[in-house]
Amino acid sequence: MTDPVLELIGISKSFGPVQANKDISLRVMPGTIHGIIGENGAGKSTLMSILYGFYRADSGTIRVRGQEVQIADSQAAIAAGIGMVFQHFKLVENFTVLENIVLGAEDSAWLRPSLARARKELRSLSDDYGLSVDPDAVIEEIGVGMQQRVEILKALYRRADILILDEPTGVLTPAEADQLFRILGRLRAEGKTVILITHKLREIMEITDSVSVMRRGEMVASVTTRDTSPEQLAELMVGRKVLLQVGKSPARPGAAVLQVDDLRVTDAKGVQRVKGVSLTVHAGEILGIAGVAGNGQSELLEVLGGMRPATGRVRMDGQDIDLTGHHSDGRTRRARGIGHVPEDRQREGLIMEFFAWENVAFGYHDAPAYNHGPLMDQNALRNDTAAKMARFDVRPNNCWLTARNFSGGNQQKIVVAREIERNPRLLLVGQPTRGVDIGAIEFIHKQLIALRDAGAAILLVSVELDEIMALSDRIAVMFDGQIMGERQPDATTVQELGLLMAGMTGTVPGAAA
Amino acid sequence: MDKMPKWADVVLLPLISLLLAGAISALVLLATGVNPVAALGVMIDGALGSTRGWGYTLYYATNFIFTGLAVSVAFHARLFNIGGEGQALLGAVGVTLACLMIPWPHWTIALLAAVVASALFGAAWALIPAWLQAKRGSHIVITTIMFNFIAGALLNYLLVEVMKPAGIMEPASANFPPAVHLPNFADMLAPFGIPFSPEAPANVAFLLALLAAFLVWVLIWRTRLGYEIRAFGFSETGARYAGISGTRIILISMLISGALAGMMSVNNVMGEAERLVLNSAEGAGFIGIAVALMGRNHPVGVVLAAVLFGFLYQGGAQLSFQLQIPTEMVTIIQALVILFTGALDQMIRAPLERAFLSLRKARA
Repeated sequence: MTDPVLELIGISKSFGPVQANKDISLRVMPGTIHGIIGENGAGKSTLMSILYGFYRADSGTIRVRGQEVQIADSQAAIAAGIGMVFQHFKLVENFTVLENIVLGAEDSAWLRPSLARARKELRSLSDDYGLSVDPDAVIEEIGVGMQQRVEILKALYRRADILILDEPTGVLTPAEADQLFRILGRLRAEGKTVILITHKLREIMEITDSVSVMRRGEMVASVTTRDTSPEQLAELMVGRKVLLQVGKSPARPGAAVLQVDDLRVTDAKGVQRVKGVSLTVHAGEILGIAGVAGNGQSELLEVLGGMRPATGRVRMDGQDIDLTGHHSDGRTRRARGIGHVPEDRQREGLIMEFFAWENVAFGYHDAPAYNHGPLMDQNALRNDTAAKMARFDVRPNNCWLTARNFSGGNQQKIVVAREIERNPRLLLVGQPTRGVDIGAIEFIHKQLIALRDAGAAILLVSVELDEIMALSDRIAVMFDGQIMGERQPDATTVQELGLLMAGMTGTVPGAAA
Repeated sequence: MDKMPKWADVVLLPLISLLLAGAISALVLLATGVNPVAALGVMIDGALGSTRGWGYTLYYATNFIFTGLAVSVAFHARLFNIGGEGQALLGAVGVTLACLMIPWPHWTIALLAAVVASALFGAAWALIPAWLQAKRGSHIVITTIMFNFIAGALLNYLLVEVMKPAGIMEPASANFPPAVHLPNFADMLAPFGIPFSPEAPANVAFLLALLAAFLVWVLIWRTRLGYEIRAFGFSETGARYAGISGTRIILISMLISGALAGMMSVNNVMGEAERLVLNSAEGAGFIGIAVALMGRNHPVGVVLAAVLFGFLYQGGAQLSFQLQIPTEMVTIIQALVILFTGALDQMIRAPLERAFLSLRKARA
């Protein structure tokens, strides 16, 4: 048996009273793809930050190729052969690929020889690993998938042979993700070691050789991928059995609730972000909008929620809604029966400094039940909050905690409880389970389906294709501000949706039209 | 999880800041050959040792409560109103007009009129920067600072060209008629048989300031408007999501802020000077910023901080008077307190938080 290329022994790290990593040990074999899976806040990112020199561990040792190393900063990590591809790329937008790769690794004060050397090396790296990129392309003009390759090349150029990727597929289409996995496979074949951090079980099963599961700062299991199953991994992550698929009965769509015709949105820079979208959502159905982040879905939700003006026509129960923003905002939308679970709960859906009971009124704070004249009826609010928190199992059930003191999943439950309990005619839902633990995902999905079954119309926007497939009764795919097509979830495939998400309208052979 | 208990944030932190400011002040005094212990004694005795001292301390404190509340209200909407000084000057014009234009039969009605007039004038002066911020995005810090200068120049013009009575050289308004003179503490306490120095300027406006502090508390923490102001202050995108109009919040909170700053002039113009003079606010608008910072933008904190600054003002005056210390030295001491309690808050906060964390860990 070979020796591990990377070994962590007894790593602990605390942030104040919070222990992010508890006595973590990990062995990664050379030439493998090793997955690290865990819910948000399980300590994955902290562990990797220790490995890359962003944090110092309180205790424990790190061994690379059998040698104990001290990783004080990222330079030390690079010297030890560790490269990192962050979730949010760290590229200079208006530099070329080549300039970005050389940046920080120049040989001398003169740039020209460095660039020439890099160009040669880049060609051989590209050939070796199938990472074709144009060295003279400017970063802001190439796609996200290509930018990620540049990040990988940056690490390889710095002689990394242990490559850490943090949630690499979050911004990719399924097709781009497949390409990435092919590249990772090629790296493995060439003897490099890859550590893949993700919360997506599918990716773990698809590409890794072995997988380590983290839960609440602890390493709860390290297994060979071949010997495990998604169900077992999910159970290890959450600490109890979870349903990966929510059961739902077929939709019984009623009358059209929301009708959108030729909606157009132009942002502050004058760029058109939504280019003539038309859609209809009926009572008792969930229309899912799939798409890679940044293709106009956010703007669509914001317009419907009254957060920004637009042109076109939007009708609610047949009656026109003012889109200019002069006579209609979030408040008037709510009065029309539109609930809104926004994409970003921390910046929009909640005031993080407010108590839970203040947040439960947010957006509905002028409801007569919450007020005595100009004064707010705090007792009524707190009673209402306690009831909603109990029904939605928000933990801890304490309405005197500020939103910041709840975990992501419980924050989202507060938002969802607030919007659903008003019994909206139409519920706008953006990324309902982003940064939410598996247990809460299951709960929120069930609530959304229950609301649908009660006759509400739901417009769901999500970048998680699994979520769209699991919840939607119809799926529309958005690309570049337009709807590329509409599909039935049981009559389409991830591959077909993936092509639509990438802007290709041709049907895939084998997929039902 | 909070990093340290609330009492440490509210009580301990300002106290440590104050002690540090005091320690450095002591060093400065030592360097100039003054015994700091004796100096502190003079300050305490001068500001708190007699009813006259108290009367001055609370008179200054009244000014600072109004201007401190003004800064706090705007700050809850995340607006930094630096224009308290100018708004107070305009409020002074309002008070003067109210007192001179109408022959009031009794001070109580005159007080009511003066409060309304000062609030309206102060609010109007805050309205222009607020409108520019809400509609044009002009930064409120810049515009309110500019408006202080304009207010000063405007007051200058009014006093020299318009309000100055004929035949008088000094740029000041006519004296207010005796009917509008506000009762001072000596007058107010006499019916209860409590003797109070009649020369001290503290007057009925102090009670008005306490009432204002209470009403600000109700506004910010009990009303729907206060809820919206705080929501907007914490997160503009959040407010947009909830359908809270940013324009409306900016305008309303600045109007209230300007009104509070303007009302300060009821104390110093109507209650003390009993006429309008140049630069009547004497920097109290700026002290309000330090008071609001130290008071954590809470009315109770603002009142306490205002009394502290009243003490520093009165004690400082006694210091320069009795120990022959140059007034600049007194200004240095006041500046050190502002520096430590306001600006350097974070410097002390970080180590204090760490101390509490290690304490908690040791206990666990």
